[in-house]
Amino acid sequence: MNGTNTLILGAVAYDPKVVTIWDGFQRHFALHHLPFDYVLFANYERQVEAHFRGHLHVAWNSPLAWIQSQRIAAALGRTVEAIAMRDSDRDLTSVILVRADSGIHEVADLQGKRIAVGAHDSPQATLIPLGRLAHLGIEPNTACEVLPFDLVPGKHGDHIGGERVAVRALLRGDAEAACILDANHLLFSQEGTLPSGATRILDRTPPYDHCNFTVLDGAPQALVAEFRRLLFAMSYADPLVRPLLDLEGLKQWLPGRTSGYAQLEAAVTRFRTIDAFVEKLVAQCR
Amino acid sequence: MQVELGDLGFEEGGHLLVKRALRAAAPGEAVAVMGCAPDLALHLEVWCRAEGHRFGCGPDGVLLVSRGAAEAARWEGAEPAGHADPRRPGAVAERAPLRWGLAARGATVEAGSPEFDFRLTGKIEVWADTAAALYAQAAAAQWNPATAIPWDAAFDLPAEVEDAVVQIMTYLVENETAALMVPSRFLAQLHPHFRKVMQLLAIQAADEARHVEVFTRRALLRRDRLGRSTAGGQASLKSLVEEPEFAIASFLLSVLGEGSFLVLLWFLERHAPDPVTEAVARLAAQDEARYVAFGLAHLRRHLEQDPGFRPRLALAARQRHETLRHTAGLNREVVDALLLVAAGGWDPGQLRLGHHRVVGLLADMDAARRNHLQRLGFADEEAAELSGLHTRNFM
Ligand SMILES: [Fe+2]
Repeated sequence: MNGTNTLILGAVAYDPKVVTIWDGFQRHFALHHLPFDYVLFANYERQVEAHFRGHLHVAWNSPLAWIQSQRIAAALGRTVEAIAMRDSDRDLTSVILVRADSGIHEVADLQGKRIAVGAHDSPQATLIPLGRLAHLGIEPNTACEVLPFDLVPGKHGDHIGGERVAVRALLRGDAEAACILDANHLLFSQEGTLPSGATRILDRTPPYDHCNFTVLDGAPQALVAEFRRLLFAMSYADPLVRPLLDLEGLKQWLPGRTSGYAQLEAAVTRFRTIDAFVEKLVAQCR
Repeated sequence: MQVELGDLGFEEGGHLLVKRALRAAAPGEAVAVMGCAPDLALHLEVWCRAEGHRFGCGPDGVLLVSRGAAEAARWEGAEPAGHADPRRPGAVAERAPLRWGLAARGATVEAGSPEFDFRLTGKIEVWADTAAALYAQAAAAQWNPATAIPWDAAFDLPAEVEDAVVQIMTYLVENETAALMVPSRFLAQLHPHFRKVMQLLAIQAADEARHVEVFTRRALLRRDRLGRSTAGGQASLKSLVEEPEFAIASFLLSVLGEGSFLVLLWFLERHAPDPVTEAVARLAAQDEARYVAFGLAHLRRHLEQDPGFRPRLALAARQRHETLRHTAGLNREVVDALLLVAAGGWDPGQLRLGHHRVVGLLADMDAARRNHLQRLGFADEEAAELSGLHTRNFM
């Protein structure tokens, strides 16, 4: 493990701006005398693995990476904690869209239809909405056909591209429904990807939470506490801090909460999409 | 408080109505958003999450929004970049902060805006109250080279007189190029807070570009090549183009150089052997007068505030003289060409008249320079001395 006088954060580089963001945070923390460094990963699985191997202290985790970490920790008898999240990480929803003129009026009508989704590891555009459909009786790949748009795998859907292509597939008629994040519904409506009146929201999931900063037992407590304190002290009124918050898409850091991951938890239990990865890592770390 | 969107979608501009209602609401007051667009509730909730506003559903499903702190926080440390009306006290900053960047004078600037590397930030160095009026005059006086000059006028000059005109035009193009480069360089260094000065420098550069064009075109009207460019003439202009300080460059170029140049242009207009030469000289002289006026105006203001700057101007004139002492100064070709053009023919009597006219031109230039120097507060004696030191290249 790297010298424990420096806090090491791991993040996934889903976009080039990630470097700008963490360089900015590094400057901010240095200004407040917190030695801070970061490591970037190409995918969340590599980050979770590095976390358990002790290469980093705090992981900026997707909700799926959080559940992976939680399960691995449970199997290894370790503890894992979500220490902070963005205000914008709370109470997200996903929507299932159909074309406005389609004959599909309730979820049951999706029987036998083709549904466009995002990346196979995207909580918001694949796992949570498909979990909900399964819960409502439309089991993916048996009761309906799933058309995935796996543009950037390993990023857990952080890259927006897959959802945009899924919507286009719906509009073209290549699919009868599409699953996207609520925020992308507004974005696609504003930018014209979703022409006004062309689609209809068939269903909307209950609210769920998104990313969090994850810490494993054994992390340097004083550094983590200072990291957390500095996050909560970041004010949107501070002109030096505001550009960082704008880049990272929040107005305020909030304490982590883990009550918002139940839908994703149920979905990965049902679809068993992370079992192999969790088992492999548990075996390696034993 | 409530806002009615009707069937307008949130993404279709409905968000503006909501924002307006939130601005008008008292702190903590919830705004009820009414509307029947199918995705309104979803979009409103998503938008509130992103903007940090609170979203909720009242009894009977009414959508409620209350303003978060982020929007106000963003503008908390903002400051006005002066005032749009330059007559207001303090409207034009004595020193424009770099953090105001490109913001229009009078705009509200968000705290944390990036600093620009503007070098000219002091009002004392650049400002003249007349800049606005001079810019307005310049904008109104733009002429079209294609139509303002009688390019097709019939005239026939003796070959040597035509050659002399070509030589003079060659010299003028060189000088106009310097007159274009100097304001352009400072334009790129000027803090745009001094908006009228910026505009004036820009239109000056455009005017000089047109002068380059029409003098070139006159030179090529009857010939297929230009005249000679001398090492001494270029050395003189190089010392102008390379002057790093705005006030000094302005003093050397606008007050001393263009002051002399202006007299030369009117001389050419008066003794032009053909209507095209007459027109190009007149139009250029009319433009040039504005920049002499601006140079005098901002330097006078500068010296009123800092009389100690006057010796530095004198020193700059003396140093330039020293720098150019070992160069030939004005090229012989240009003086001879001026004499021949002013003579109008080869008859000895005509040549003598031409000579007297050129001597008169030099005296007029000297008088103009001394007059400008006196208007800047130089005593008669020093004005005469500094004028005498001015480059023999005129500019
Ligand atoms: Fe000119």
